[in-house]
Amino acid sequence: MLQLKNITLEKEGKKILNKINLKLDDNRFYVLTGPNGSGKSSLAKVIMGIESPNEGEIWWQDREITRERIELRAKEGIAFAFQQPVRFKGIKVSKLLELAAGTKKIRGCGVLAQVGLCPKDYLDREMNGSLSGGELKRIEMATVILRKPKLVIFDEPEAGIDLWSFQNLIEVFKKLRKNYHGTILVISHQEKIMEIADKILLLKRGKLEEVEKIDNLRIRQKCGCRGGCIHE
Amino acid sequence: MNKLEKKLLKQVNDSKMTGAVNIRKNGKTWQRKNSQWVTIKDSQDGRGLEIWVKDNAPMAMVDIPVLLTESGLIETVDNNFYIGKNSKVVIYAGCGINNCGTKDTVHSGRHRFVVGQGAEVKYIEKHYGEGGNLGQKEINPVTEIELVKDAKMMIETVQIEGVDQTERVTKAVLQAGASLVINEKIKTSGKQKAISSFEVKMVGEGSSCRVMSRAVATDVSEQKFISNIVGNQKCFAHVACDSIIKDKGKVTAIPKIKANHVEAELIHEATIGKIAGEQLLKLMSLGLKKEEAEEEIMAGFLN
Ligand SMILES: Nc1ncnc2c1ncn2[C@@H]1O[C@H](COP(=O)(O)OP(=O)(O)OP(=O)(O)O)[C@@H](O)[C@H]1O
Ligand SMILES: [Mg+2]
Repeated sequence: MLQLKNITLEKEGKKILNKINLKLDDNRFYVLTGPNGSGKSSLAKVIMGIESPNEGEIWWQDREITRERIELRAKEGIAFAFQQPVRFKGIKVSKLLELAAGTKKIRGCGVLAQVGLCPKDYLDREMNGSLSGGELKRIEMATVILRKPKLVIFDEPEAGIDLWSFQNLIEVFKKLRKNYHGTILVISHQEKIMEIADKILLLKRGKLEEVEKIDNLRIRQKCGCRGGCIHE
Repeated sequence: MNKLEKKLLKQVNDSKMTGAVNIRKNGKTWQRKNSQWVTIKDSQDGRGLEIWVKDNAPMAMVDIPVLLTESGLIETVDNNFYIGKNSKVVIYAGCGINNCGTKDTVHSGRHRFVVGQGAEVKYIEKHYGEGGNLGQKEINPVTEIELVKDAKMMIETVQIEGVDQTERVTKAVLQAGASLVINEKIKTSGKQKAISSFEVKMVGEGSSCRVMSRAVATDVSEQKFISNIVGNQKCFAHVACDSIIKDKGKVTAIPKIKANHVEAELIHEATIGKIAGEQLLKLMSLGLKKEEAEEEIMAGFLN
Protein backbone atom coordinates (compact mmCIF):
# COMPACT_ATOMS: atom_id res chain seq x y z
CA MET A 1 0.00 0.00 0.00
CA LEU A 2 1.17 3.48 -0.86
CA GLN A 3 0.19 6.46 1.19
CA LEU A 4 0.81 10.14 0.57
CA LYS A 5 0.32 12.47 3.52
CA ASN A 6 0.01 16.19 2.94
CA ILE A 7 2.36 16.20 -0.05
CA THR A 8 3.27 19.66 -1.27
CA LEU A 9 5.63 20.35 -4.14
CA GLU A 10 6.75 23.83 -5.09
CA LYS A 11 8.60 24.98 -8.17
CA GLU A 12 9.75 28.55 -8.55
CA GLY A 13 7.45 29.68 -5.79
CA LYS A 14 4.44 27.99 -7.36
CA LYS A 15 2.57 25.17 -5.66
CA ILE A 16 2.54 22.35 -8.19
CA LEU A 17 1.08 19.89 -5.69
CA ASN A 18 -0.95 21.22 -2.81
CA LYS A 19 -1.42 19.10 0.31
CA ILE A 20 -2.13 15.82 -1.46
CA ASN A 21 -3.53 13.02 0.67
CA LEU A 22 -3.92 9.70 -1.04
CA LYS A 23 -4.03 5.99 -0.29
CA LEU A 24 -3.46 3.39 -2.97
CA ASP A 25 -4.39 -0.17 -2.03
CA ASP A 26 -2.81 -3.35 -3.32
CA ASN A 27 -4.24 -5.13 -6.32
CA ARG A 28 -6.20 -2.13 -7.47
CA PHE A 29 -6.38 -0.21 -10.69
CA TYR A 30 -6.43 3.58 -10.44
CA VAL A 31 -6.69 6.24 -13.08
CA LEU A 32 -5.30 9.69 -12.36
CA THR A 33 -6.72 12.36 -14.60
CA GLY A 34 -7.02 16.12 -14.81
CA PRO A 35 -6.20 19.03 -17.10
CA ASN A 36 -2.80 19.64 -18.66
CA GLY A 37 -0.46 21.16 -16.14
CA SER A 38 -2.55 20.07 -13.16
CA GLY A 39 0.39 18.18 -11.65
CA LYS A 40 -0.21 14.54 -12.63
CA SER A 41 3.31 13.82 -13.85
CA SER A 42 4.70 15.72 -10.90
CA LEU A 43 2.77 13.50 -8.53
CA ALA A 44 4.13 10.41 -10.26
CA LYS A 45 7.68 11.80 -9.99
CA VAL A 46 7.24 12.44 -6.30
CA ILE A 47 6.19 8.81 -5.82
CA MET A 48 9.17 7.51 -7.82
CA GLY A 49 11.58 9.84 -5.99
CA ILE A 50 12.47 11.90 -9.04
CA GLU A 51 11.00 14.98 -7.39
CA SER A 52 11.37 15.62 -3.74
CA PRO A 53 8.35 17.15 -1.98
CA ASN A 54 8.69 20.33 0.07
CA GLU A 55 6.29 19.03 2.66
CA GLY A 56 4.55 15.81 3.55
CA GLU A 57 5.34 12.15 3.80
CA ILE A 58 5.35 9.14 1.49
CA TRP A 59 4.76 5.70 2.96
CA TRP A 60 5.25 2.46 1.07
CA GLN A 61 4.36 -0.87 2.64
CA ASP A 62 4.39 0.57 6.14
CA ARG A 63 7.72 2.33 5.77
CA GLU A 64 8.40 5.99 5.24
CA ILE A 65 10.29 6.55 1.99
CA THR A 66 9.96 10.32 1.64
CA ARG A 67 13.74 10.84 1.36
CA GLU A 68 14.67 7.49 -0.12
CA ARG A 69 16.68 7.41 -3.35
CA ILE A 70 15.09 6.51 -6.67
CA GLU A 71 16.98 3.26 -7.19
CA LEU A 72 16.02 1.99 -3.74
CA ARG A 73 12.36 2.65 -4.41
CA ALA A 74 12.82 0.82 -7.72
CA LYS A 75 14.30 -2.14 -5.87
CA GLU A 76 11.35 -2.15 -3.51
CA GLY A 77 8.93 -2.62 -6.38
CA ILE A 78 7.97 0.87 -7.53
CA ALA A 79 8.14 1.44 -11.29
CA PHE A 80 7.32 4.38 -13.49
CA ALA A 81 6.84 4.58 -17.25
CA PHE A 82 7.73 8.11 -18.32
CA GLN A 83 5.34 10.31 -20.25
CA GLN A 84 8.23 11.21 -22.55
CA PRO A 85 10.45 8.16 -23.02
CA VAL A 86 14.14 8.94 -22.72
CA ARG A 87 16.49 8.39 -25.65
CA PHE A 88 20.00 7.02 -25.33
CA LYS A 89 22.68 7.28 -27.98
CA GLY A 90 24.33 3.93 -28.53
CA ILE A 91 22.27 1.90 -26.05
CA LYS A 92 20.36 -0.88 -27.74
CA VAL A 93 16.81 -1.88 -26.92
CA SER A 94 18.08 -5.27 -25.75
CA LYS A 95 20.54 -3.59 -23.39
CA LEU A 96 17.90 -1.34 -21.88
CA LEU A 97 15.62 -4.32 -21.34
CA GLU A 98 18.49 -6.21 -19.69
CA LEU A 99 19.09 -3.30 -17.35
CA ALA A 100 15.39 -3.14 -16.55
CA ALA A 101 15.17 -6.87 -15.86
CA GLY A 102 18.45 -6.87 -13.93
CA THR A 103 19.57 -9.95 -15.87
CA LYS A 104 21.12 -10.74 -19.23
CA LYS A 105 18.88 -13.72 -19.78
CA ILE A 106 15.97 -12.04 -21.41
CA ARG A 107 16.68 -12.68 -25.10
CA GLY A 108 13.62 -13.81 -26.93
CA CYS A 109 11.41 -13.03 -24.01
CA GLY A 110 7.85 -12.11 -24.71
CA VAL A 111 7.88 -8.64 -23.24
CA LEU A 112 8.25 -6.84 -26.56
CA ALA A 113 5.53 -9.00 -28.05
CA GLN A 114 3.38 -8.09 -25.08
CA VAL A 115 3.65 -4.42 -25.98
CA GLY A 116 3.01 -5.18 -29.63
CA LEU A 117 6.54 -5.08 -31.02
CA CYS A 118 8.21 -7.90 -32.90
CA PRO A 119 11.33 -8.73 -30.85
CA LYS A 120 13.59 -9.58 -33.76
CA ASP A 121 12.93 -6.23 -35.38
CA TYR A 122 13.68 -4.23 -32.27
CA LEU A 123 16.19 -5.89 -29.95
CA ASP A 124 19.16 -4.62 -31.95
CA ARG A 125 17.84 -1.13 -32.56
CA GLU A 126 19.41 1.79 -30.79
CA MET A 127 17.34 3.69 -28.23
CA ASN A 128 17.76 6.88 -30.21
CA GLY A 129 15.74 9.23 -32.35
CA SER A 130 15.46 6.64 -35.11
CA LEU A 131 12.67 4.94 -33.16
CA SER A 132 9.24 6.45 -33.62
CA GLY A 133 7.36 8.06 -30.76
CA GLY A 134 4.95 5.14 -30.45
CA GLU A 135 7.76 2.59 -30.56
CA LEU A 136 9.62 4.39 -27.79
CA LYS A 137 6.45 4.52 -25.75
CA ARG A 138 5.96 0.76 -26.07
CA ILE A 139 9.57 0.01 -25.17
CA GLU A 140 9.16 2.27 -22.16
CA MET A 141 6.23 0.16 -21.13
CA ALA A 142 8.27 -3.02 -21.62
CA THR A 143 10.97 -1.71 -19.27
CA VAL A 144 8.53 -1.29 -16.41
CA ILE A 145 6.83 -4.65 -17.03
CA LEU A 146 10.25 -6.30 -16.65
CA ARG A 147 10.63 -4.72 -13.20
CA LYS A 148 7.89 -7.05 -11.88
CA PRO A 149 6.48 -4.02 -10.10
CA LYS A 150 4.36 -3.95 -6.98
CA LEU A 151 3.33 -0.41 -7.78
CA VAL A 152 3.48 0.72 -11.36
CA ILE A 153 2.70 4.15 -12.72
CA PHE A 154 2.09 4.64 -16.43
CA ASP A 155 2.15 8.27 -17.50
CA GLU A 156 -0.27 8.58 -20.41
CA PRO A 157 0.53 5.18 -21.90
CA GLU A 158 -1.99 5.62 -24.68
CA ALA A 159 -0.43 8.82 -25.99
CA GLY A 160 1.04 8.31 -29.44
CA ILE A 161 -0.12 4.73 -29.59
CA ASP A 162 -2.31 3.53 -32.43
CA LEU A 163 -5.33 1.32 -32.31
CA TRP A 164 -3.24 -1.81 -31.68
CA SER A 165 -3.35 -0.94 -29.07
CA PHE A 166 -6.08 -0.30 -26.92
CA GLN A 167 -7.00 -3.90 -26.23
CA ASN A 168 -3.34 -4.86 -25.79
CA LEU A 169 -2.84 -2.04 -23.38
CA ILE A 170 -5.71 -3.29 -21.25
CA GLU A 171 -4.19 -6.80 -21.47
CA VAL A 172 -0.89 -5.44 -20.21
CA PHE A 173 -2.61 -3.92 -17.20
CA LYS A 174 -4.59 -7.09 -16.50
CA LYS A 175 -1.54 -9.28 -16.70
CA LEU A 176 0.48 -7.06 -14.39
CA ARG A 177 -2.32 -7.13 -11.90
CA LYS A 178 -2.68 -10.90 -12.10
CA ASN A 179 1.04 -11.62 -11.89
CA TYR A 180 2.11 -9.30 -9.13
CA HIS A 181 -1.14 -8.44 -7.34
CA GLY A 182 0.21 -4.95 -7.35
CA THR A 183 -1.20 -1.50 -7.63
CA ILE A 184 -1.55 0.10 -11.04
CA LEU A 185 -1.82 3.84 -11.42
CA VAL A 186 -2.44 5.07 -14.93
CA ILE A 187 -2.32 8.74 -15.78
CA SER A 188 -4.72 9.21 -18.63
CA HIS A 189 -7.17 11.45 -20.40
CA GLN A 190 -8.90 8.46 -21.99
CA GLU A 191 -12.43 7.69 -20.99
CA LYS A 192 -11.99 4.09 -22.10
CA ILE A 193 -9.23 3.59 -19.61
CA MET A 194 -11.26 5.25 -16.87
CA GLU A 195 -14.04 2.82 -17.58
CA ILE A 196 -11.98 -0.10 -16.33
CA ALA A 197 -10.63 1.68 -13.27
CA ASP A 198 -11.55 0.71 -9.74
CA LYS A 199 -11.18 4.33 -8.80
CA ILE A 200 -10.61 7.60 -10.56
CA LEU A 201 -8.50 10.33 -9.05
CA LEU A 202 -9.03 13.85 -10.29
CA LEU A 203 -6.29 16.41 -9.96
CA LYS A 204 -6.91 20.10 -10.53
CA ARG A 205 -4.32 22.82 -10.04
CA GLY A 206 -2.29 20.63 -7.74
CA LYS A 207 -5.23 19.60 -5.60
CA LEU A 208 -6.69 16.15 -5.48
CA GLU A 209 -10.37 17.03 -5.66
CA GLU A 210 -12.09 13.73 -5.86
CA VAL A 211 -11.24 10.19 -5.11
CA GLU A 212 -14.17 8.15 -6.21
CA LYS A 213 -15.69 6.02 -8.87
CA ILE A 214 -17.05 8.26 -11.60
CA ASP A 215 -19.02 6.71 -14.36
CA ASN A 216 -18.19 7.82 -17.84
CA LEU A 217 -21.50 9.60 -18.29
CA ARG A 218 -20.65 12.03 -15.59
CA ILE A 219 -17.26 12.61 -17.08
CA ARG A 220 -18.82 13.45 -20.38
CA GLN A 221 -21.19 15.91 -18.76
CA LYS A 222 -18.46 17.54 -16.80
CA CYS A 223 -16.20 17.82 -19.71
CA GLY A 224 -18.50 18.47 -22.61
CA CYS A 225 -16.10 17.13 -25.19
CA ARG A 226 -16.39 13.93 -27.12
CA GLY A 227 -12.77 12.93 -27.11
CA GLY A 228 -12.98 11.36 -23.70
CA CYS A 229 -10.88 13.96 -21.98
CA ILE A 230 -11.81 15.59 -18.78
CA HIS A 231 -10.87 19.23 -19.20
CA GLU A 232 -13.33 21.67 -17.82
CA MET B 1 54.96 -14.30 -26.72
CA ASN B 2 54.40 -14.16 -22.98
CA LYS B 3 51.10 -13.95 -21.14
CA LEU B 4 51.19 -10.19 -20.72
CA GLU B 5 51.88 -9.65 -24.41
CA LYS B 6 49.11 -12.04 -25.40
CA LYS B 7 46.66 -10.15 -23.21
CA LEU B 8 47.79 -6.83 -24.63
CA LEU B 9 47.39 -8.16 -28.17
CA LYS B 10 43.86 -9.26 -27.40
CA GLN B 11 42.98 -5.77 -26.22
CA VAL B 12 43.94 -4.17 -29.52
CA ASN B 13 43.27 -6.93 -32.02
CA ASP B 14 40.29 -9.21 -31.78
CA SER B 15 40.52 -10.58 -35.32
CA LYS B 16 41.47 -14.18 -36.00
CA MET B 17 44.59 -13.21 -37.99
CA THR B 18 43.78 -15.49 -40.89
CA GLY B 19 45.40 -13.40 -43.63
CA ALA B 20 48.64 -11.47 -43.87
CA VAL B 21 50.12 -10.63 -40.48
CA ASN B 22 52.94 -8.49 -39.16
CA ILE B 23 53.29 -8.31 -35.41
CA ARG B 24 55.68 -5.66 -34.18
CA LYS B 25 56.95 -6.06 -30.67
CA ASN B 26 59.17 -3.60 -28.85
CA GLY B 27 60.51 -1.97 -31.99
CA LYS B 28 61.07 -5.07 -34.14
CA THR B 29 59.02 -7.32 -36.34
CA TRP B 30 58.31 -10.40 -34.28
CA GLN B 31 56.24 -12.37 -36.74
CA ARG B 32 55.34 -11.94 -40.39
CA LYS B 33 53.15 -13.88 -42.75
CA ASN B 34 52.10 -13.05 -46.29
CA SER B 35 49.01 -14.26 -48.06
CA GLN B 36 47.87 -14.97 -51.58
CA TRP B 37 46.77 -11.38 -52.00
CA VAL B 38 48.98 -9.45 -49.63
CA THR B 39 52.74 -8.95 -49.43
CA ILE B 40 54.31 -7.24 -46.43
CA LYS B 41 57.94 -6.17 -46.55
CA ASP B 42 60.30 -3.77 -44.86
CA SER B 43 60.40 -0.45 -46.59
CA GLN B 44 63.67 0.45 -48.32
CA ASP B 45 64.61 3.15 -45.84
CA GLY B 46 63.99 0.66 -43.03
CA ARG B 47 61.57 2.93 -41.22
CA GLY B 48 58.52 0.73 -41.46
CA LEU B 49 56.48 -1.54 -43.66
CA GLU B 50 55.24 -1.63 -47.20
CA ILE B 51 51.97 -3.42 -47.54
CA TRP B 52 50.98 -4.36 -51.03
CA VAL B 53 47.50 -5.65 -51.83
CA LYS B 54 47.02 -7.03 -55.35
CA ASP B 55 44.32 -5.87 -57.73
CA ASN B 56 40.92 -7.55 -57.47
CA ALA B 57 41.57 -9.22 -54.11
CA PRO B 58 38.16 -10.59 -53.10
CA MET B 59 38.56 -10.27 -49.33
CA ALA B 60 42.09 -9.70 -48.13
CA MET B 61 42.83 -9.58 -44.42
CA VAL B 62 45.77 -7.70 -42.95
CA ASP B 63 46.75 -7.56 -39.27
CA ILE B 64 49.57 -5.28 -38.22
CA PRO B 65 49.41 -4.95 -34.44
CA VAL B 66 52.08 -3.11 -32.50
CA LEU B 67 52.97 -3.97 -28.92
CA LEU B 68 55.23 -2.05 -26.59
CA THR B 69 56.09 -3.47 -23.20
CA GLU B 70 59.52 -1.93 -22.61
CA SER B 71 59.29 1.20 -20.55
CA GLY B 72 61.05 4.12 -22.18
CA LEU B 73 60.79 2.87 -25.75
CA ILE B 74 60.22 5.76 -28.14
CA GLU B 75 59.60 4.78 -31.73
CA THR B 76 58.45 6.27 -35.01
CA VAL B 77 57.15 4.00 -37.71
CA ASP B 78 56.30 4.76 -41.32
CA ASN B 79 53.96 2.34 -43.02
CA ASN B 80 52.84 2.54 -46.62
CA PHE B 81 49.77 0.76 -47.93
CA TYR B 82 49.22 0.22 -51.63
CA ILE B 83 45.75 -1.12 -52.26
CA GLY B 84 45.20 -2.53 -55.74
CA LYS B 85 42.28 -1.75 -57.99
CA ASN B 86 38.89 -3.19 -57.11
CA SER B 87 40.17 -5.17 -54.16
CA LYS B 88 38.39 -5.51 -50.85
CA VAL B 89 40.58 -5.33 -47.77
CA VAL B 90 40.11 -5.38 -44.02
CA ILE B 91 43.04 -4.06 -42.01
CA TYR B 92 43.43 -4.32 -38.23
CA ALA B 93 46.01 -1.94 -36.85
CA GLY B 94 46.07 -1.93 -33.09
CA CYS B 95 48.63 -0.43 -30.75
CA GLY B 96 48.95 -1.54 -27.17
CA ILE B 97 51.35 -0.16 -24.60
CA ASN B 98 52.11 -1.75 -21.27
CA ASN B 99 54.29 0.59 -19.30
CA CYS B 100 54.92 -0.46 -15.75
CA GLY B 101 58.19 1.44 -15.59
CA THR B 102 59.02 5.02 -14.86
CA LYS B 103 60.03 6.18 -18.33
CA ASP B 104 57.69 7.36 -21.06
CA THR B 105 56.75 4.99 -23.84
CA VAL B 106 55.81 6.58 -27.15
CA HIS B 107 54.61 5.11 -30.42
CA SER B 108 54.24 7.48 -33.35
CA GLY B 109 52.94 5.79 -36.45
CA ARG B 110 52.52 7.37 -39.84
CA HIS B 111 50.26 5.36 -42.13
CA ARG B 112 50.03 6.33 -45.75
CA PHE B 113 47.34 4.82 -47.94
CA VAL B 114 46.97 4.86 -51.67
CA VAL B 115 43.66 3.19 -52.38
CA GLY B 116 43.24 2.17 -56.01
CA GLN B 117 40.27 2.71 -58.24
CA GLY B 118 37.11 1.01 -57.04
CA ALA B 119 38.86 -0.59 -54.06
CA GLU B 120 37.19 -0.87 -50.64
CA VAL B 121 39.17 -0.68 -47.43
CA LYS B 122 38.01 -1.16 -43.89
CA TYR B 123 40.59 0.01 -41.41
CA ILE B 124 40.15 -0.79 -37.75
CA GLU B 125 42.43 0.86 -35.27
CA LYS B 126 42.37 0.26 -31.52
CA HIS B 127 44.60 2.02 -29.06
CA TYR B 128 45.07 0.92 -25.51
CA GLY B 129 47.42 1.58 -22.63
CA GLU B 130 48.00 -0.08 -19.29
CA GLY B 131 50.51 -0.23 -16.45
CA GLY B 132 51.30 2.07 -13.58
CA ASN B 133 51.08 5.82 -13.73
CA LEU B 134 54.75 6.69 -13.46
CA GLY B 135 55.68 6.36 -17.12
CA GLN B 136 53.51 8.00 -19.79
CA LYS B 137 51.84 5.99 -22.50
CA GLU B 138 51.66 8.03 -25.64
CA ILE B 139 50.35 7.14 -29.11
CA ASN B 140 50.46 9.57 -32.01
CA PRO B 141 48.99 8.23 -35.23
CA VAL B 142 49.16 10.11 -38.51
CA THR B 143 47.00 8.71 -41.26
CA GLU B 144 47.34 10.06 -44.78
CA ILE B 145 44.88 8.81 -47.31
CA GLU B 146 44.57 9.15 -51.03
CA LEU B 147 41.37 7.73 -52.42
CA VAL B 148 41.56 7.29 -56.17
CA LYS B 149 38.41 7.37 -58.29
CA ASP B 150 35.49 5.45 -56.76
CA ALA B 151 37.62 4.10 -53.92
CA LYS B 152 35.98 3.62 -50.54
CA MET B 153 37.50 3.66 -47.12
CA MET B 154 35.91 3.15 -43.76
CA ILE B 155 37.90 3.83 -40.62
CA GLU B 156 36.94 2.76 -37.15
CA THR B 157 39.18 4.08 -34.50
CA VAL B 158 38.83 3.52 -30.80
CA GLN B 159 40.83 4.68 -27.82
CA ILE B 160 39.05 3.55 -24.74
CA GLU B 161 41.56 3.33 -21.97
CA GLY B 162 44.94 4.08 -20.58
CA VAL B 163 46.54 6.34 -23.18
CA ASP B 164 47.91 9.40 -21.40
CA GLN B 165 48.62 11.51 -24.40
CA THR B 166 47.56 11.24 -28.00
CA GLU B 167 47.72 13.47 -30.99
CA ARG B 168 45.94 12.08 -33.99
CA VAL B 169 46.14 13.55 -37.45
CA THR B 170 44.05 12.28 -40.34
CA LYS B 171 44.48 13.76 -43.79
CA ALA B 172 42.63 12.64 -46.88
CA VAL B 173 42.29 13.58 -50.52
CA LEU B 174 39.22 12.27 -52.31
CA GLN B 175 39.03 11.86 -56.07
CA ALA B 176 35.81 11.60 -58.06
CA GLY B 177 33.23 9.24 -56.61
CA ALA B 178 35.43 8.33 -53.66
CA SER B 179 33.93 7.92 -50.23
CA LEU B 180 35.44 8.15 -46.78
CA VAL B 181 33.66 7.22 -43.55
CA ILE B 182 35.35 7.72 -40.19
CA ASN B 183 33.99 6.64 -36.83
CA GLU B 184 36.15 7.79 -33.98
CA LYS B 185 35.64 7.06 -30.30
CA ILE B 186 37.87 8.43 -27.62
CA LYS B 187 37.55 8.24 -23.88
CA THR B 188 39.87 10.11 -21.61
CA SER B 189 40.07 10.08 -17.84
CA GLY B 190 42.49 11.22 -15.15
CA LYS B 191 44.91 13.77 -16.57
CA GLN B 192 44.86 12.35 -20.09
CA LYS B 193 44.93 14.57 -23.15
CA ALA B 194 43.76 13.78 -26.65
CA ILE B 195 43.79 15.85 -29.81
CA SER B 196 42.28 14.66 -33.03
CA SER B 197 42.38 16.62 -36.24
CA PHE B 198 40.91 15.89 -39.63
CA GLU B 199 41.78 17.50 -42.90
CA VAL B 200 39.80 16.28 -45.86
CA LYS B 201 40.06 17.70 -49.35
CA MET B 202 37.32 16.67 -51.69
CA VAL B 203 38.76 17.36 -55.10
CA GLY B 204 36.67 14.99 -57.22
CA GLU B 205 33.09 15.28 -58.33
CA GLY B 206 30.64 13.11 -56.42
CA SER B 207 32.99 12.38 -53.55
CA SER B 208 31.59 12.06 -50.06
CA CYS B 209 32.89 12.09 -46.52
CA ARG B 210 31.33 11.33 -43.16
CA VAL B 211 33.15 11.82 -39.92
CA MET B 212 31.51 10.84 -36.67
CA SER B 213 33.50 11.50 -33.57
CA ARG B 214 32.31 10.58 -30.10
CA ALA B 215 34.22 11.71 -27.09
CA VAL B 216 33.90 11.20 -23.36
CA ALA B 217 36.15 13.29 -21.13
CA THR B 218 36.03 12.60 -17.39
CA ASP B 219 38.04 13.74 -14.33
CA VAL B 220 40.40 16.53 -15.44
CA SER B 221 41.11 15.10 -18.89
CA GLU B 222 41.00 17.22 -22.00
CA GLN B 223 40.11 16.61 -25.60
CA LYS B 224 40.27 18.72 -28.68
CA PHE B 225 38.60 17.99 -31.99
CA ILE B 226 39.60 19.92 -35.07
CA SER B 227 38.17 19.37 -38.50
CA ASN B 228 38.81 21.10 -41.74
CA ILE B 229 36.84 19.96 -44.76
CA VAL B 230 37.19 21.53 -48.18
CA GLY B 231 34.87 20.82 -51.09
CA ASN B 232 36.23 21.76 -54.51
CA GLN B 233 33.59 20.01 -56.57
CA LYS B 234 30.04 18.78 -56.29
CA CYS B 235 30.44 16.68 -53.15
CA PHE B 236 28.93 15.89 -49.78
CA ALA B 237 30.45 15.98 -46.31
CA HIS B 238 28.95 15.52 -42.87
CA VAL B 239 31.07 15.96 -39.77
CA ALA B 240 29.56 15.31 -36.37
CA CYS B 241 31.41 15.73 -33.11
CA ASP B 242 29.41 14.56 -30.14
CA SER B 243 30.89 14.77 -26.66
CA ILE B 244 30.02 14.00 -23.08
CA ILE B 245 31.89 15.77 -20.32
CA LYS B 246 31.93 14.72 -16.71
CA ASP B 247 33.62 16.02 -13.56
CA LYS B 248 36.16 18.60 -14.72
CA GLY B 249 36.62 17.16 -18.20
CA LYS B 250 37.08 19.64 -21.03
CA VAL B 251 36.27 19.33 -24.71
CA THR B 252 36.96 21.80 -27.50
CA ALA B 253 35.46 21.37 -30.96
CA ILE B 254 36.82 23.50 -33.77
CA PRO B 255 34.98 23.05 -37.00
CA LYS B 256 35.91 24.45 -40.34
CA ILE B 257 34.14 23.73 -43.58
CA LYS B 258 34.91 25.43 -46.82
CA ALA B 259 33.00 25.15 -50.08
CA ASN B 260 34.77 26.18 -53.27
CA HIS B 261 32.00 24.96 -55.49
CA VAL B 262 28.33 25.85 -55.56
CA GLU B 263 27.32 22.17 -55.50
CA ALA B 264 29.42 21.33 -52.49
CA GLU B 265 27.19 20.45 -49.54
CA LEU B 266 29.04 20.51 -46.24
CA ILE B 267 27.58 20.04 -42.78
CA HIS B 268 29.21 20.30 -39.41
CA GLU B 269 27.53 19.46 -36.14
CA ALA B 270 29.11 19.65 -32.73
CA THR B 271 27.49 18.90 -29.39
CA ILE B 272 29.13 19.03 -25.99
CA GLY B 273 27.34 18.47 -22.72
CA LYS B 274 27.10 16.49 -19.57
CA ILE B 275 25.04 13.31 -19.32
CA ALA B 276 21.39 14.25 -19.67
CA GLY B 277 19.64 14.29 -16.31
CA GLU B 278 16.64 12.44 -17.63
CA GLN B 279 18.85 9.58 -18.84
CA LEU B 280 20.22 9.16 -15.33
CA LEU B 281 16.74 9.34 -13.82
CA LYS B 282 15.40 6.71 -16.18
CA LEU B 283 18.17 4.22 -15.41
CA MET B 284 17.94 4.95 -11.68
CA SER B 285 14.22 4.22 -11.87
CA LEU B 286 15.26 0.81 -13.23
CA GLY B 287 17.25 0.21 -10.06
CA LEU B 288 20.73 1.44 -11.04
CA LYS B 289 22.85 3.57 -8.75
CA LYS B 290 23.81 6.96 -10.14
CA GLU B 291 27.41 5.84 -10.80
CA GLU B 292 26.22 2.64 -12.50
CA ALA B 293 23.84 4.63 -14.64
CA GLU B 294 26.65 6.98 -15.69
CA GLU B 295 28.87 4.04 -16.65
CA GLU B 296 26.14 2.46 -18.76
CA ILE B 297 25.35 5.71 -20.52
CA MET B 298 29.02 6.40 -21.35
CA ALA B 299 29.67 2.80 -22.41
CA GLY B 300 26.64 2.86 -24.70
CA PHE B 301 27.67 6.20 -26.15
CA LEU B 302 31.09 4.81 -27.06
CA ASN B 303 29.76 1.45 -28.14
N1 LIG C 1 10.84 22.57 -13.21
C1 LIG C 1 9.69 23.27 -13.24
N2 LIG C 1 9.70 24.59 -13.05
C2 LIG C 1 8.56 25.31 -13.09
N3 LIG C 1 7.36 24.77 -13.31
C3 LIG C 1 7.29 23.45 -13.50
C4 LIG C 1 8.44 22.63 -13.47
N4 LIG C 1 8.06 21.37 -13.71
C5 LIG C 1 6.73 21.39 -13.85
N5 LIG C 1 6.26 22.64 -13.73
C6 LIG C 1 4.85 23.05 -13.82
O1 LIG C 1 4.10 22.23 -12.97
C7 LIG C 1 2.81 22.06 -13.47
C8 LIG C 1 2.45 20.59 -13.45
O2 LIG C 1 3.20 19.90 -14.42
P1 LIG C 1 2.95 18.37 -14.74
O3 LIG C 1 3.93 17.95 -15.75
O4 LIG C 1 2.93 17.63 -13.47
O5 LIG C 1 1.48 18.42 -15.36
P2 LIG C 1 0.58 17.25 -15.93
O6 LIG C 1 -0.66 17.23 -15.15
O7 LIG C 1 1.35 16.00 -16.02
O8 LIG C 1 0.24 17.80 -17.40
P3 LIG C 1 0.05 17.02 -18.80
O9 LIG C 1 -1.37 16.53 -18.83
O10 LIG C 1 0.25 18.09 -19.79
O11 LIG C 1 1.07 15.96 -18.89
C9 LIG C 1 2.79 22.70 -14.84
O12 LIG C 1 2.19 23.95 -14.76
C10 LIG C 1 4.26 22.84 -15.18
O13 LIG C 1 4.47 23.93 -16.03
MG1 LIG D 1 2.09 14.87 -17.57
